[in-house]
Amino acid sequence: MNNKNYGILIVDDEKIVRESLYKWFLEDGYRVDTAENAAEALRKLQSATFDIAFVDIKMPGMDGLELQRHLKDIDKSLTVIIITAFASVDSAVRALKDGAYDYVTKPIDPDELTHIVNNIINQKKLLTENIQLREKIDELTQFDEIVGDSLQIKKVFELISTVAKTDTTVLIRGESGTGKELVARAIHAHSSRKYFPIIPVNCGAINDNLLESELFGHEKGAFTGAQYRRKGKFEMADGGSIFFDEIGCVSERLQVDLLRVLEAKQFTRVGGEQVINVDVRVICATNKDLELAVKEGKFREDLYYRLNVFTIFLPPLRERKSDIPQLANHFMKKFSQVMNKPVTQIDPEAMDVLVRYDWPGNIRELANAIERAMVVGKPPQISKEDLPFQLINTNGIKPASDSIEEIEKIHILKILNQCNWNISKSAEVLDIDRATLYNKINKYNLKNR
Amino acid sequence: MFIEILGARNFEKLDVGLLCKDVKSAFNLEVAFRKTVIDFGATFDANRIQYNSTQILHLLLNSGKIQNNSKAIILTDLDLFVPILTYVFGEAELNGRTAIASSHRLHNEYYGLPKNEQLLQTRITKEIIHELGHTFGLIHCKDYKCVMHSSTYVEDIDLKEASLCISCKVNF
Repeated sequence: MNNKNYGILIVDDEKIVRESLYKWFLEDGYRVDTAENAAEALRKLQSATFDIAFVDIKMPGMDGLELQRHLKDIDKSLTVIIITAFASVDSAVRALKDGAYDYVTKPIDPDELTHIVNNIINQKKLLTENIQLREKIDELTQFDEIVGDSLQIKKVFELISTVAKTDTTVLIRGESGTGKELVARAIHAHSSRKYFPIIPVNCGAINDNLLESELFGHEKGAFTGAQYRRKGKFEMADGGSIFFDEIGCVSERLQVDLLRVLEAKQFTRVGGEQVINVDVRVICATNKDLELAVKEGKFREDLYYRLNVFTIFLPPLRERKSDIPQLANHFMKKFSQVMNKPVTQIDPEAMDVLVRYDWPGNIRELANAIERAMVVGKPPQISKEDLPFQLINTNGIKPASDSIEEIEKIHILKILNQCNWNISKSAEVLDIDRATLYNKINKYNLKNR
Repeated sequence: MFIEILGARNFEKLDVGLLCKDVKSAFNLEVAFRKTVIDFGATFDANRIQYNSTQILHLLLNSGKIQNNSKAIILTDLDLFVPILTYVFGEAELNGRTAIASSHRLHNEYYGLPKNEQLLQTRITKEIIHELGHTFGLIHCKDYKCVMHSSTYVEDIDLKEASLCISCKVNF
């Protein structure tokens, strides 16, 4: 990163000190500004961002120690270095106790000055790198969770690799639990922005006012409880991608703000004036009918067109049943590792139940079912009995074929389950005698689970 | 545009021809050396027993001694300082017209080492090119071999070369 990206503020009542340090850091390529007193320093910190502040300990009015506390109130991440003409241990210790990074005595040794600043910059770089690497690890571990060989999912893979290389806004659509966030992460992981973060925002989980400050950040005192300046999701995603989940839940007021940011790529923090420029790729997801929302006036048409540049439709799991065995095995291996339980296979009968079920909750529901089965079941395999009741209950199972026999079998099993396998009661409901029912149970090999 | 090196003291052992040649090679501009007499008395700080380099630059700019189409650098042997720092090897106006370089802390003898005229010549050359680089708007370079790398110790000066690195050449 270039030194120009780092800001240094010099606060000293002596003009000659301000000018000398200003010149010194300017030659190092930093963004430098000066203030001759505490009030000016606070004003400047409120209108611009700095990484390091050199603060003279002795100034008329508010002294350096007190100013340091106020500066930290505004920006916690600011590194303060105290300049003192009196190399007393007392003032140095007080400064360090109050959170100063270090102190220097006038006149400053050029080598000491260079070392202090280099150390701070290196620390800040490491901190940023650390955050980005953690996010990268998360991304990598999540991407291989898109599993499947069906034509539908292959088409999705194709679309991901096509759009990932571009900076185009992507709208991912699909029912709840189909893996929209995983697709967003896959797009990011395959883009040139992959070394920068992808920041998820769940628009449906946060209320309107909070969402505004979550997205754009806020200045200290912007609202009750805003004790510090805070960066928003857009700033955090600079250089990377921002993922808006449940974009259809965004209020009309925020839709206007979002549209403005998407068009201008700049914004101001809540309660602030400084214009912040960001380079962010936008990925959105929704399970709502946005076209209907536009028709009903609940979703802005101009925002809809801005977001609906490249759409990826995720099929529900019931439309790609051929992927269920692969997905089920994938979750079995995953949970087996997490739970340290040596489960190595799924019983064919259990797999049959999984494939026949309609999965209204899609992949998320399948993952939960496997997780539950892993908890209650005994290694080395998952059996039909380990699956949640609603899967075994025939209400959720479709006949394997349209033959009379298959439909009869499913219907008898359904009634038996409803009557808790009370044979007399079931026979009464089915309007057949008990002997016929026993014959049918034997014929279809029906069992009470 | 050309470069003027103003020798403000006697540098008997200095190879002026070689100095001008090296500076010319760094910037690809004509270089002229001439002796000059400027009274630095007003810039002397009796408490520090040093000369204020920022004030010397003001003095030079207002002296009428520099030509319109030139960048001028004073070469002196005075011990220089800027008020907040203990010492400087030199100073320049970033993107300006004037600079100063001092041989005071470039001598081996200053560090209790045997005299080495050749090493002194090289250090002076590097310091002059470095300060002139600032007058052309160049900032400090991360490449430790580049002449625009920041040097706070004389050893740092010895490590770098008397030329601009590729990226500084692009920015020049």
